[in-house]
Amino acid sequence: MAGQKRRFGFETRMLHAGHIPDTVTGARAVPIYQTTSYVFEDTDKAAQLFELKQYGNIYTRINNPTVAAFEERIASLENATGAVATASGMAAQLNVMMTLLDPGDEIVTSSHLYGGTTTQFVHTFRKLGLKAHFVDPTHLDNWAAAITPRTRLLYGETIGNPRGSVLDIEPLAQLAHAHNIPLVVDSTFATPYLCRPMDWGADVVVHSATKFIGGHGSSIAGVLLDSGKFDYSRFPTIADPDPAYHDLRFYETFGHYGFLMKARAVTLRDTGGALSPFNAFLLIQGLETLSVRMDRHVQNAQAVAEFLHGHPKVAWVAYAGLADNPYHALAQKYTPKGPGAVFTFGIKAGNPRLAGKEFIESLHLFSHLANVGDARSLVIHPASTTHQQLSDSELEQAGIDGGMIRLSIGLETTEDLLWDLEQALQATSA
Amino acid sequence: MGSRTSLASDVSMNSLLSEEERGIYQDPGLIRTVLSTTKTIAIVGLSPKPERPSYFVGTYLQYEGYRIIPVNPRADVILGEKSYPDLMTIPEPVDMVNVFRQPDECVEVAKQAVQIGAKTLWLQLRVVNFEAATIAQDAGLNVVMDRCVKIEHGRYSGSLHWVGMNTEIISARRGQRYF
Repeated sequence: MAGQKRRFGFETRMLHAGHIPDTVTGARAVPIYQTTSYVFEDTDKAAQLFELKQYGNIYTRINNPTVAAFEERIASLENATGAVATASGMAAQLNVMMTLLDPGDEIVTSSHLYGGTTTQFVHTFRKLGLKAHFVDPTHLDNWAAAITPRTRLLYGETIGNPRGSVLDIEPLAQLAHAHNIPLVVDSTFATPYLCRPMDWGADVVVHSATKFIGGHGSSIAGVLLDSGKFDYSRFPTIADPDPAYHDLRFYETFGHYGFLMKARAVTLRDTGGALSPFNAFLLIQGLETLSVRMDRHVQNAQAVAEFLHGHPKVAWVAYAGLADNPYHALAQKYTPKGPGAVFTFGIKAGNPRLAGKEFIESLHLFSHLANVGDARSLVIHPASTTHQQLSDSELEQAGIDGGMIRLSIGLETTEDLLWDLEQALQATSA
Repeated sequence: MGSRTSLASDVSMNSLLSEEERGIYQDPGLIRTVLSTTKTIAIVGLSPKPERPSYFVGTYLQYEGYRIIPVNPRADVILGEKSYPDLMTIPEPVDMVNVFRQPDECVEVAKQAVQIGAKTLWLQLRVVNFEAATIAQDAGLNVVMDRCVKIEHGRYSGSLHWVGMNTEIISARRGQRYF
């Protein structure tokens, strides 16, 4: 019936949200609009589009029909009011920062972050006149103590890379809101299927869509999303007149879309990290099977973690799905279906750094590479790759055990993964 | 639209109203019926300044084919249309009264909307006044409150989709839009 309200389920929205078959072709799959630009109806309409008085396609650096289908679909899955897709996850989080922060502003962030994010928050921030305060995320007091009058947002990862800590989103969102600032969460490892941070009070979510969302290791991509619930009416960069847009006040003009409209019409326009239409198409294919894949990812991850946990050559396993993990209770609250499929473990050996190298080189099915969230199982040994220049004592300072191995568990036959890990552990010196 | 068989959930975000009040003043079916049957919209508080939200909305509605009538005592002509000091002085029928004024001014606007025989009173985002709403409802007007007419139109016509927003319109039917 007209006007009937129905809240469609997650799986239905994975397949249908953001795309209605068009009247001309009726194409069922989302078409790839591989075009840079769009013919305007007339000069008047063109002017109105540029002034943001009409919503429509302008230029693929700003928006594109295939990208829009991806954006609306992921927004629906995250329970967000909208999304802006970007060329990578790094571009998504930088877009959020550039949209919300002015030079001199600060953020307080969890220190349990992807290394590339830490580098962005230290070095690129310095060039932009921004400052990040890093805190151990496990105690709320640490966050509260680091907040200053210049703090404009709090930041953390739902499941921290690489140690697998689970962020306690709900009290953190309350702390942020008590200071009238938003909580921004990178939810890459969880995906909207395992955890929806906005349901717990997070205001902005970012993803590296390269990972489980795309799901097949084919495309670099990112996305930022807004809940539409944070009150930006007194938040300077969203509420104040914007000189980059004829002194437009984004909050006053676009209401709860103010942040997203500015992220697109100013930040994305000016910094250029737009997602390609073809990559958006591949991400859409990924989203259509997200729930099915994630169920299988976490099932395999749990089996692998339990196998390693009981193995004599394994010193420790950092997976919140294990009952003795310090984050197990948080994982049960925030990711009841399973805390993702990326985790680390340590090899028990006289020379762990050498043992780690031997282990990686003995694997047969796990791909040795610098990514996570592929349909295939992946492995990396930080001490011999991303952190190879560090001495043993420097590795310790960075919280990286010389024998630490990071796994991203794929969709292969479970017994084959266990077989591969077993034979590689056997080939590793004690 | 309106009478077509279709499913649509509504956007629940960022409203000052309670769930129950939203059911009354932000009902998707009501909003779609209003947007599809309205032709003439008097915009109370329409600003002549191009950077103001009301000017954005007026421009948008004009382009979408609605006739707009500015109501602003401090302007003569806005967006090419003669501006009137209040609703009572408009010499032609008005379907919708769209309000960009402070909540405490809405009771008077509601009374005038009833007097001129408007069919809908629409209070913009963050403009909430239950007394005004009741006055209009009791006289048989449709009332929408704490919603933006441009955003709602963009959502149901599908144009908000082009800027990555969650329209919450889900359908496997070819060309499904609501107007």
